[in-house]
Amino acid sequence: MINRVSFQQTLPILFGYIPLGMAFGVLFVTQLDYPWWGAPLMGITIYAGAGQILAVSLLAAHTGLLEVFIAMFVLNARHLFYGLSLLGRFKGAGLRKLYLIFGLTDETYSLLTSRPRSEDADTERRIDLRITLFNQVYWVIGCAMGALLGRAVAFDSTGIEFALVALFIVLTIEQYKALNASFPIWVGALAAGLCMAALPAEHQLIGAVIVTTVTLLVTYRLNKSAQTSQEATNG
Amino acid sequence: MDNINYLLAFIAVATLATFATRVIPFVFFGGHSEHPLIRHLGRQLPAAVMALLVVIFLLRSGEWSAPVFGADALLPSLLVVGLHFWRRNALLSIIAGTACYMAIQQM
Repeated sequence: MINRVSFQQTLPILFGYIPLGMAFGVLFVTQLDYPWWGAPLMGITIYAGAGQILAVSLLAAHTGLLEVFIAMFVLNARHLFYGLSLLGRFKGAGLRKLYLIFGLTDETYSLLTSRPRSEDADTERRIDLRITLFNQVYWVIGCAMGALLGRAVAFDSTGIEFALVALFIVLTIEQYKALNASFPIWVGALAAGLCMAALPAEHQLIGAVIVTTVTLLVTYRLNKSAQTSQEATNG
Repeated sequence: MDNINYLLAFIAVATLATFATRVIPFVFFGGHSEHPLIRHLGRQLPAAVMALLVVIFLLRSGEWSAPVFGADALLPSLLVVGLHFWRRNALLSIIAGTACYMAIQQM
């Protein structure tokens, strides 16, 4: 039952991760002169879409390891903020928590924070774990397929990666219904629009996450001080 | 063939850097999950991040110059929104939207 529920919830990720993973795998074997298994190995250990695509160009340029660390850290810095909203959720998961944290991609984060939850914490945690694992399996399969097929990839799957955009739209609607408030959605959308207009492509995502987080923190402070001053006038 | 040791060292470093970005909040704020500020972020940040991802990936999926003006990405997105408010079946909304986008891109 748990497996079926988790599989159903991760289907859109399957449609997104297989083609994206394949794109990375093809890039890996056509741009670099390394054995094909390097691609699925990176999918298993690094497990970051944009990060691995950046890694291909860093590998091609024989980049120094310190620069590699800095580049990968900066590119994935948005994940610093994702964890903040999952601190309570992962509590008590023991060792499994390490894997839940390791597997926290954009897509897994989206599913875990949006899905409806029952009171049964143990079952819910097992579903969280399955979702995380299934997503990584799709990703690694995609990486391996792309690396093995290489240039021979023939079927026309142009546009299938839109599944991820569609997933994010659906999850935004679900978040809106769950929160019953549109304010955070406007904050995120406006921050993204602003950063798309003002920043180069490689900084847009992290820029938007920082602007969004800071705005939510500031509005929290403003609301709080407004409450305090109201209490002061009333008292 | 290039040096395999470089590849393995590279993968180790990249793995460490990526994991660091994911684990740092849990290491530094793990004890404060009940703090009202963290709870506020926990409630509102996912919704905001989801909207942010929509805008960024949507803008990158479309052709925004004349004569299309983004219709190639906006039409499938409106289909997803409409279907989802109507039936609230995530898989249906996503498959229909993706099929619509693929049909337009492959025309």
